[in-house]
Amino acid sequence: MNRYRPRTFALELAMIAAALFVAFPLYVLVNLAVRPSSDTSSPISPTGSPTLDNFTQAWQQGALGGALANSLLVTVCSVAIVLAVSSLAAYPLARVTARWSRGTYLLVLLGLVLPFQLASLPLYQTLRDLGLLGTPWALVLFYSGLQVPFTVFLYVGFLRALPRDFEDAALIDGCTPLQAFRRVVLPMLKPVTVTALVLNTVAVWNDFFTPLLYLSGSAQQTMPVAIAGFVGQYVTDWNLIFAALVISVLPVLLVYFLLQRSIINGFAGGLRG
Amino acid sequence: MTLAPNEHLPDRDRPPDPVPVTTARRDARTTPPWWFAAPALLLFAFVVLVPSARGVYYAFTDWDGLDPHYAFVGLGNFADMLRDADAMQAIWHTLLIAVSITVVQNGVGLLLALGVNTAIRSRNLLRVFLFAPAVVTPIVTAYLWRNLLGPDGAVNSLLGAVGLDSWEQDWLGDPDLALWAVVGVVVWQFAGYSMVIFLAGLQSVPKEVHEAAAMDGAGPVRRFWSVTRPLLAPALTINLMLSIIGGIKLFDQVYALTGGGPGHATDTLSTLIYKDAFTLGEFGYSIALAVVLTVIVAVASTGQYLLLSRNERAAS
Repeated sequence: MNRYRPRTFALELAMIAAALFVAFPLYVLVNLAVRPSSDTSSPISPTGSPTLDNFTQAWQQGALGGALANSLLVTVCSVAIVLAVSSLAAYPLARVTARWSRGTYLLVLLGLVLPFQLASLPLYQTLRDLGLLGTPWALVLFYSGLQVPFTVFLYVGFLRALPRDFEDAALIDGCTPLQAFRRVVLPMLKPVTVTALVLNTVAVWNDFFTPLLYLSGSAQQTMPVAIAGFVGQYVTDWNLIFAALVISVLPVLLVYFLLQRSIINGFAGGLRG
Repeated sequence: MTLAPNEHLPDRDRPPDPVPVTTARRDARTTPPWWFAAPALLLFAFVVLVPSARGVYYAFTDWDGLDPHYAFVGLGNFADMLRDADAMQAIWHTLLIAVSITVVQNGVGLLLALGVNTAIRSRNLLRVFLFAPAVVTPIVTAYLWRNLLGPDGAVNSLLGAVGLDSWEQDWLGDPDLALWAVVGVVVWQFAGYSMVIFLAGLQSVPKEVHEAAAMDGAGPVRRFWSVTRPLLAPALTINLMLSIIGGIKLFDQVYALTGGGPGHATDTLSTLIYKDAFTLGEFGYSIALAVVLTVIVAVASTGQYLLLSRNERAAS
């Protein structure tokens, strides 16, 4: 079954063809990003005299540095908060069988079904009244709550499959519950923490709708909103736009290829959650 | 997981020697306190629960988002929706997009997973590469495709280069094609995601079972249907759930590719919610649309959950 036969070779070719289908848009992306706007040849023919001018111009005119910093700030803060509060919350929710605990868990799961479009408009008003609108902290607050249901769901599922003997032993030996959580439970949660970290980071980093609502009209932008604004401004200057797209994609793909094993396992890990 | 409890405790932190405890005291001691859940619950309530409840309330008012004075209009917004051809069309587009994405993305994802889960040499490289688009920001891939699918874009150039000039189109400008172009872009980006989840399911199928079935004379198709398929049920559940809910809520790709156009040919509930609230100032109506979206998501996910968990039980 696992020998390399002529049929396997045919399959290999077919799969590589599929990969080319994925690669083609990325080739055009880079090809046009390094092309001066005076060059009007076909988008698929390789650019004759490649230049990096578009990149410097896009970087300066698009204020992409500030957007990148905001995206980093928002992603790091919200993911850290979500992981901390959700893992802590999952501990009693997974272990306590009292009615309040099961009821609360069901309430949290309800959050998995509620689309954020429903909450986002009334929350817009609240954030405005709090003076948070137009600041990255509005986003940090939003994601810190929005991602709780899914993250608690992952942690509770994982915790329920773990034996309680270790934490019980620590508690009986005189640990406070918080010590038992930090020193005994948390280390055992490492695999699911990687999954939660990966999925939350990608979700927060890539989100466009929320910053579009809560940051619009302000000088503060995240990468996705900055890109949308850039496209709106340079409507037809696609060489410049493509350079901006490359700048925004590069850090994501770099991290992806460096950590691909953990990232892919993180995504597939939702399966075991 | 084999982990001695003291492995993570440096000596100075080692808890004091155990004291004998009665069973009753032991239960009280080993129960994590409720307040551990408090920070998460507060955030969740503040960001999701309370605003959602307020949203449902506003759906029955004519609130414009600013004016503190608004009137209760009962089912008025929902009655308006039934008369609003754009809204009805948007609901139809939302369902059409969600179902198409679910079918095509999972079909392609499964084929890719089956292809990668073989003896081919490039399997590890392919897995990493085919999944890559799934981590890229959707708004960015959508803008990329907006150019590729334009009249002078790379897709038409490619068709021309291979002699299919007659297939050249203004893919996003044609009301009959635009919706399918949106579906195509989403599938291009996320088929690798479905693949990775199917692959995790496929790899949980023990090799011995396959070999035994082959020994008994089952061909590849029979082996897939009788051995692999039932064991793929959990992966299928997750995949269908992710793609259908993602498809129903789809916003970024439509916003960037067509903005809901041409005309309203690709407007979905999400784009209409955004437009009604932020360009027309009709918050009450917009939130009524969000309530409809919520109901669709709830019905789709519970329906799918019930259906698939029955199948999963039947399969195992």
